[in-house]
Amino acid sequence: MIEIINLCKSFGDKIVLENLNLKINTGETVVIIGRSGCGKSVLLKLIIGLLRPDAGEIIIDGEDITRLKGKELDRLRMKFGMLFQSSALFDSLTVKENVGFFFYEHGYTEKEKIEKRINECLNLVGLPGIEGFYPAQLSGGMKKRVALARAICMHPEIILYDEPTTGLDPITADAINNLIVELHDKIRVTALAVTHDMKSAFKIGDRIAMLYKGKIIASGTPQEIMEMNNPIVKQFIQGESEGVIAVEEGG
Amino acid sequence: MFRYLGERFISLTGYLGSVGVLLGEALVLSLIPPFRKKNLFEQMTKIGVESLPLVSLTSLFTGIVLALQSAYQMQKIGARIYISSLVALSITRELGPVLTALVVAGRMGAAVTAELGTMKVTEQIEALQTLAVNPIKYLVVPRFIAMMSMLPVLTVYADFVGILGGFIVGVGKLGIGKSLYMRMTFNTLGYKDVFTGLIKAFFFAIIIAVISCREGLDTEGGAEGVGRATTRAVVFSFILIIAADCLFTALFYFMFK
Repeated sequence: MIEIINLCKSFGDKIVLENLNLKINTGETVVIIGRSGCGKSVLLKLIIGLLRPDAGEIIIDGEDITRLKGKELDRLRMKFGMLFQSSALFDSLTVKENVGFFFYEHGYTEKEKIEKRINECLNLVGLPGIEGFYPAQLSGGMKKRVALARAICMHPEIILYDEPTTGLDPITADAINNLIVELHDKIRVTALAVTHDMKSAFKIGDRIAMLYKGKIIASGTPQEIMEMNNPIVKQFIQGESEGVIAVEEGG
Repeated sequence: MFRYLGERFISLTGYLGSVGVLLGEALVLSLIPPFRKKNLFEQMTKIGVESLPLVSLTSLFTGIVLALQSAYQMQKIGARIYISSLVALSITRELGPVLTALVVAGRMGAAVTAELGTMKVTEQIEALQTLAVNPIKYLVVPRFIAMMSMLPVLTVYADFVGILGGFIVGVGKLGIGKSLYMRMTFNTLGYKDVFTGLIKAFFFAIIIAVISCREGLDTEGGAEGVGRATTRAVVFSFILIIAADCLFTALFYFMFK
């Protein structure tokens, strides 16, 4: 379970998150929606300890990740898999070395088992037989799927998705959404996704929360969010430029 | 104006502090397992073996030019025979280490910054962290050790090639006998001359490695940021190499008087 309590983060004068509270239950997929630049990716980076908050706590299975350093932080990070917005595959390594990176770097020696797991993950994302390719030889959608394979390879308990469908064509985006749903059903991981792609949010989320001006202003099942009367939520999910949210805000 | 100078001073101090922290971390982490031999050999090949053609050309031409320029002066006073000593000393004490360091800083320092900078702006460094791998241990340490071991080796090689350049001019053009030229070279050269050059090379390697890695890891702002970081890395490395050379030369001059 992930519990975020009174989380604050600013960059210089710009307040990004202000007393944010959120709870994600074990096995649940929560989607954070919000405008570009509203702090969604910052929230993910805070949860996995890539950034330090100004105040507040992030409790992961009873441990506050914001207080951990070095090996302790790495130990907790091993529970996570993260899919980056830009895929973030290592250019100098092949697909096989990318997907199995965790095992190779953490001293796992059983080659056959590692290769079997790499193949399993690549099959799961629908890309068998591309182990020898380099990231530069793959399309955007393929990169995203390989990145997803890397994120799930070491059996994480929690997966963080940063804009999983951004920059993909609608068909590839839907395939990624299906994969996320399939993963959720098959391995019952706790997942947190951030996106501004509403179709994706409604498809993958058990619960959707909206981040606006540094706070979670609404939270509920996709159906509840759809029927919500909150003008900010309504304007955002309907994608209208006129309303409570001004175009100049965020971005 | 005082405020501007003050701000510049504070930012310079902060920068030097962050460079010092990276140096300390890299040195400590280089002693802690796991040791990634594959990464290290890859970097040693890139920094050492692949720099050989450029270092060969630079040193050979420097040796030739040095011999020709000194011949111009020496012939006037009938001291042509001392050209070999002059070339040998200038190359081993000064030009070998400095030119090799500048060539490696331009070639490999820039490449290291561009590679780490691109990894930073494409979130690859953060991806390493999320996979519980320390980026300094994984990326900086192999480049550090490779640079510190390869630059002195390249310097020794540059010394030989530079002396060979002088030999070609001395023997081929100025008519000094082969054995006389070699005898004059090795009679003049002392261990001290070669070692002071190597000490310089070792410290130049630290400068290139720490500056190029720091700039790479601090890169922000996409492709333009990578370009900016690379330029800064090369410029800072050049300035620091020349400044350190001046300092070491003065130090050795007084130490070995």
